[in-house]
Formats: sequence, C-alpha cells, structure tokens
Amino acid sequence: MNTQIELHTEALNVQACIDWVMSPESGGIDVFIGTVRNATQGKTVQRLEFEAYEPMAISELNKITQQVFAQWPVQKVLVHHRTGVLQIGEVAVVIAVSAAHRAAAFEACRYIIDTLKQTVPIWKKEVFDDGEVWVAAHP
Amino acid sequence: MKVNVLAFGIAKDIFGGSSIAVELTGDDTTANLKSTLETAYPRLKQLASYMVAVNNEYANDTLPLSERDEIAIIPPVSGG
Repeated sequence: MNTQIELHTEALNVQACIDWVMSPESGGIDVFIGTVRNATQGKTVQRLEFEAYEPMAISELNKITQQVFAQWPVQKVLVHHRTGVLQIGEVAVVIAVSAAHRAAAFEACRYIIDTLKQTVPIWKKEVFDDGEVWVAAHP
Repeated sequence: MKVNVLAFGIAKDIFGGSSIAVELTGDDTTANLKSTLETAYPRLKQLASYMVAVNNEYANDTLPLSERDEIAIIPPVSGG
C-alpha cells in the first residue's frame, strides 16, 4: 500500500508518519505539520475542538490522494488528522509525501493540505476565555 | 417522505442535536430539503455556505433523495 489515511483521537506520532513514507526509492520527503496556534486575529485561544464526519472525511481524503498520484510522481502519501480536544501546540494534522525528487513531494504535500481545507468534512471550534466559534462558519 | 439528517459543526448547534428527522413535502430533491430546513432553522441562511452530502458524497440540488439515504448537512469545513 502506498497510502495511509487515518483519523486519531489521541496524539499524532510525527516520527512514525515520516518512517511510514520512507522507502529506499525515495530521494525526498516533504512533511506538513499543522499545530494549534495560541491566538487568532489577536485573540487568545484556549484550545481547539475538532469534529469529523468520519466516513466521508476518509472518502474525501482518498479522492485527494488519488488525485496526487495521478498528478505527481510520488511514492507514498500519508495523512493523519486529529479529532477531539487539542491544547495549544498540539499537532492537528500530519501530511507526509515521499518521492524520488523533491519538487513532486513539495507540490503534492501543499496540494493535499490546501485541498483538505476546502473539501474534507472536518470542523474546528476555537474556544476563547469568553466564548467559542466554529471557524469559517460565518462570512 | 421522512428523511433523517445528520448534522456536524455549527449545524449541530443550529439543529440542537446531531441528527434530526425532516418531513419532506413536495419533491424529493436536495434543493427541497435545503429550503425546508432553512424555513425551520433560519440560522442556516446566515452561514457562509453549506452543502448537503448524500451517502458520503457532496450532492447537487437536483439529486433525488430516498428514505434510506444517509444525508448530512456540511457547514463550511475548517480542518487542517
């Protein structure tokens, strides 16, 4: 298998993600790690809560990785995404791509995170001292 | 026709639960489901956008629905 897509309720293991995409044929591995930031638009964030429509999220992520294999000469692709409550600094998503040459790995990795943010049914709620908001819900 | 509708993210707050039963009168399309829901839950119209998913696929407005479909309201996604 050249693709691994998983949703996790517990902490993501970045090193294990990198190890999984590594292969003797690879000349480069590109990794994107999305982490929980302590503020949004100058306002202090206490924590994030991620919710996923799990079967559809997996299905949409599979579509994205299939597009990646069709567009770039990449070898292995991994996407791990958290659900549940995340504290500041925790890892929310890991995307790892291996390829023979770096350009394909960079471009594919960026395509995956950019497309994930547009199409994959996962939602995050920012929790502040004085309230909470579902990100991107309102114009 | 009565359909069951799953809700996620802010849609769960708007519906007051993670699933609701909706009685559809008139045609059985996604468009009719959306207008029925918007009448019952006007806050849906304040969202930046929202989609309907049927059996884990994004659906267009003309898609016919059946009582056996898994239907979900997908407010603007914000993963990553």
